[in-house]
Amino acid sequence: MTALSALLLRDMRLAVRVGGGALIGVLFFLIVVTLMPFAIGPDLALLARVGPAILWLGALLASLLALDRLIAADHEDGSLDLILMARVPLELTVAVKAVAHWLTTGLPLVIAVPLLGLLLNLDPKATGAVALTLLIGTPALTFIGLIGAALSVALRRGGLLLAVLVLPLTIPVLIFGVAASNAAIVGPVAFGTPLTILSAFTLASIVLGPFAAAAALRHGME
Amino acid sequence: MPIIDLANPSRFLALVGRLSPWLAAATLLAFAYGLSQAYLAPDDYQQGATAKIMFIHVPSAWLAMGCWAVMTIAALGTLVWRHPLADVAAKAAAPIGAAFTLICLVTGSLWGRPMWGTYWVWDARLTSVLVLFLMYLGVIALWRTIDDPSRAARAAAVLTLVGAVNLPIIKFSVDWWNTLHQPASVVRLGAPAMHPAILTPLLIMAVAFLLLFLTLHLAAMRNEIMRRRVRTMLMMQADAAAGS
Repeated sequence: MTALSALLLRDMRLAVRVGGGALIGVLFFLIVVTLMPFAIGPDLALLARVGPAILWLGALLASLLALDRLIAADHEDGSLDLILMARVPLELTVAVKAVAHWLTTGLPLVIAVPLLGLLLNLDPKATGAVALTLLIGTPALTFIGLIGAALSVALRRGGLLLAVLVLPLTIPVLIFGVAASNAAIVGPVAFGTPLTILSAFTLASIVLGPFAAAAALRHGME
Repeated sequence: MPIIDLANPSRFLALVGRLSPWLAAATLLAFAYGLSQAYLAPDDYQQGATAKIMFIHVPSAWLAMGCWAVMTIAALGTLVWRHPLADVAAKAAAPIGAAFTLICLVTGSLWGRPMWGTYWVWDARLTSVLVLFLMYLGVIALWRTIDDPSRAARAAAVLTLVGAVNLPIIKFSVDWWNTLHQPASVVRLGAPAMHPAILTPLLIMAVAFLLLFLTLHLAAMRNEIMRRRVRTMLMMQADAAAGS
């Protein structure tokens, strides 16, 4: 087994077994989506109109919360030092960690979308659109969050700082994700346009995120 | 004295000590001249005298973006060339840039209320400048959270380089999207679309703001160098007390 696949399996196993498992992110997503109608009011038409936005915000916050442990957990038990000293390029290593994070945190959020769409009175076409945009957009959230996780790795209260650093960078992903969802439901704009831009953000973040995170880890760990 | 000598903090402090009074005086003169020219400039035929907010709003916007550009160059200086004073420059520039961005947002908001009927609108230009402001605050937070200055410098340098992608987005946001904010009038292909009676005071104010940035930045760099010296002396004192 190669080093990278071993790391991928290790991260996925740890994510599933430790700290409430993978479903804790889905649980947070469910709670956030449940809270929204209490604040907005039970008007079903209004909920259907803002439904994509609520789902996107919930997914963004749920994936943000799990980023705290992405690299900090390894730093605490010393495996980050081993990773830094390994022969595998650090960029590939952090990319694999991000992939494991997305598979155990982001993908369950996407799978939970149809159920939550029911809570928000979204019709199947809208739910499908939101699920597709989240499927394409959650990797971007993970890889952008990877940068923040690498920057705040050794800090004691890094969680809030991580959110402060990561959220401005994820704003474009949020904008185009919701725009694509709304384009599929209502819009005069073709669904493909914002979806293509969203895909571009994801692809760009998959490339740039590991490089920035590796630079942050190398320079910050002395 | 070759310019590389300025990498020595003591020589840099000596130069700043000599330059600061002149820079401050030049800034005051430039502001006096610029504000007087702005006062004398003709009123806009549609907006009246309200358009003169532009003489503060536009230069502060330019400086807000320029400050992040300075921080980006300083970040490269830290990570790539290991210049000794690059991180001092970056740390000193961040609060100044945040202040210019805040001035830009507030003056723009006050200008928008009579002109557009609203204090705020979520169009591309305003949103991207607000994101720039949030990123400034994020960099300042990162500087303050990491104790060791050189580790903080490298982390902030990486964050600054990542955030530099926002600068072309801000600049071209009025071209790429339908925005309420007006398109580019000065820095564009083809000549500036402004009459010299308005353009000249604007450029003078821009020079005044630039001198203000230089004055404040050099003074802040001097403060930061002093701060680090104090920190080192305190650590040496603590070491000596622990050793005895």
